[in-house]
Amino acid sequence: MRLHVRHTTHFEYNTALVYAVQRFMLTPLGFASQRVESWKITAPGMDKALAYSDGFGNKVHLASLANHQGPMDVVAEGIVESSDAGGLVKGIAEIAPRAVYLRQTPVTAPSEAMLKLATPVATKDTLPFLHQLLKQIHKNVEYRLGTTDNQTTAAQAFANGNGVCQDHTHIFIGITRALRLPSRYVTGYLVTGVGASSTAAHAWAEVFVPDLGWVGFDAANGICPTDNYVRVAAGIDAASVTPIRGSRRGGVAETMTVEVVVEIAQQ
Amino acid sequence: MSFNEMLGPDGKVRLPYSKVESWLKQLGPSDIERALRECDARFRRQGITFAVYGDEKASERIIPFDIVPRIFAAQEWRRLSAGIEQRVRAINAFLHDLYHRQEIIRAGRIPEDVIIQNQAFVPEMVGVNPAKGIYAHIMGIDIVRVGDNDFYVLEDNCRTPSGVSYMLEDREAMMHLFPELFAGQRVAPVENYPAMLHKTLEAVAPSSVGNEPVIVVLTPGIHNSAFFEHAFLADEMGVELCEGGDLFVSDGWLYMRTTQAPKRVDVVYRRIDDDFLDPLSFRPDSSLGVPGILDIYRAGRVTLVNAPGTGVADDKSIYTFMPDIIEFYTGEKPLLNNVPTWRCSNPQELKYVDEHLAELVVKEVHGSGGYGMLVGPTSTKSQIETFRAKLLARPSNYIAQPTLALSTVPTFVDAGIAPRHVDLRPFVLSGDQVRITPGGLTRVALKEGSLVVNSSQGGGTKDTWVLED
Repeated sequence: MRLHVRHTTHFEYNTALVYAVQRFMLTPLGFASQRVESWKITAPGMDKALAYSDGFGNKVHLASLANHQGPMDVVAEGIVESSDAGGLVKGIAEIAPRAVYLRQTPVTAPSEAMLKLATPVATKDTLPFLHQLLKQIHKNVEYRLGTTDNQTTAAQAFANGNGVCQDHTHIFIGITRALRLPSRYVTGYLVTGVGASSTAAHAWAEVFVPDLGWVGFDAANGICPTDNYVRVAAGIDAASVTPIRGSRRGGVAETMTVEVVVEIAQQ
Repeated sequence: MSFNEMLGPDGKVRLPYSKVESWLKQLGPSDIERALRECDARFRRQGITFAVYGDEKASERIIPFDIVPRIFAAQEWRRLSAGIEQRVRAINAFLHDLYHRQEIIRAGRIPEDVIIQNQAFVPEMVGVNPAKGIYAHIMGIDIVRVGDNDFYVLEDNCRTPSGVSYMLEDREAMMHLFPELFAGQRVAPVENYPAMLHKTLEAVAPSSVGNEPVIVVLTPGIHNSAFFEHAFLADEMGVELCEGGDLFVSDGWLYMRTTQAPKRVDVVYRRIDDDFLDPLSFRPDSSLGVPGILDIYRAGRVTLVNAPGTGVADDKSIYTFMPDIIEFYTGEKPLLNNVPTWRCSNPQELKYVDEHLAELVVKEVHGSGGYGMLVGPTSTKSQIETFRAKLLARPSNYIAQPTLALSTVPTFVDAGIAPRHVDLRPFVLSGDQVRITPGGLTRVALKEGSLVVNSSQGGGTKDTWVLED
């Protein structure tokens, strides 16, 4: 599938920005089932931004600006061609040792209730187990906007029985890490229908399945990623792969609006 | 019976102390009074103070300085420093491994969870290649002596160890008060520490930087307990002392504000804890750090000293593995002893600790500064019982060690001269080479029988001498 992505983050302030520094984790990598045809980030300071790859293999940009008047847009846009690999992610160079993806963070740490879903299985049964876990979390935790925020822990969302993709993903990786399966938090985009737009990027989990490799699991939708997905960045939890993280002086009363449009691109 | 460093087990004066012992004998009460008065005035004038956390009355105190030096013979020091260097090299190799291939975990020499789930392990450091492969450029290794040739490492401080300014001021005070003592014996100099530190910092500048890298000291500010030391070291090295707000990131480089144009910065000797260093990568509410500095560091455009994530090597849960760590990376047996340690997270070990609490020293796994610890033999029954409740409520938070008979050095106290227990913190610099200060900071427990030397718990300091051959 050839997908056109346009991810716009719009900032407004009551006063001018004196100074700001922003980190973008907004650049998709190519791998076996994803080819990045074109990609561009447009933002103030982007022409002189620092670009580097982090220990998780993500392409990161750090841009700064001074004395900026008026609103500001950060736009990540491009065309990505994806194919359905049943969620299997092959061909991304691994820098971090896999054990690092076993680290529980305050937001992934499993509660007693979550651990009840962490049934140890034989290596050969790992994949079926993960599919079952995927269905179970999808069923137990209802997708509902506005019930959680970016500080919500997996344990809280699981107890409340609702959340958004970030919560589903934290729950999933909290449980799989408890089973000593390396698991990462992945950000990206998902085409939801013709002409549809959403107010957020998407997130899902990837688990290293023995003898198979990294496999994606989207617990918010109860499926493995297909060719409707564009994979952007991976880390140990949501905070480690926040698409835009910044700090500023001036720019009082910031408001931020996000628009994500993912469409099937015209040939 | 503790080892007395001046009078050996046979009651005879040990060789390195022969001059000082006879000097002490002829020292009259008026000499002592003059010295103590001068010391007090001197340290007050120079503003050498430290803050005690949890003490509302006196937020700043002067560390009591003792005028009897602590002395090592050249031979003793050679042996000790070989052990220190071995340990420091192993720790830097260990840190490099943890943030790269993790061979030591793959080899099964250290359990995965001890590293991966450790709060002080910093995943953001994975894959970073610091200049010269050095992570812990500045270490303060706490060592105690229990016998003539018997030294134990208590702690490897590889985050932001402090105390070096006391070492320097103690030496200056001694030379000023008792110049006659230094005549006729060669005491290895320590006053070149700031120059050695500067050399080390220059040596670890990013490789892209030319001959004269711009170095700064980054302090959390005047409310930090070691602010005096931050200012002192910056001043001695002739570099700028900065707070977070003085530094900023622009177009992919780190700059310092100056009265003229912003100046590029190459090396940051930071005395801010990892958590507060960069709100974009660590605690978002930190206003002490510099937003984006970690990104600049990861791109190899600035060197942070010490590297973030070094704390995983001095964590008390790692300590018990140090002998293995040293062997794994150096292929040698450790030259310095580790104190046998019980991990209270293990039920069997907890049982032993619970049954022998009155004999043991129990510490918090993540604690420092002598806070929140129990010294069984010098505690009352009720103190022990209170502590037992805390231990049993959260066993994994504690480790326990036998109470070591720390060596003593003669010390001035109200009743005259009496032996008091001491430890030693040598300061070790790693850059182009490993440099160890001859001596270091000797801390002394001023209370009779006390084994807690921390300044926050009523400890003092002594000038520490290494005699040259």
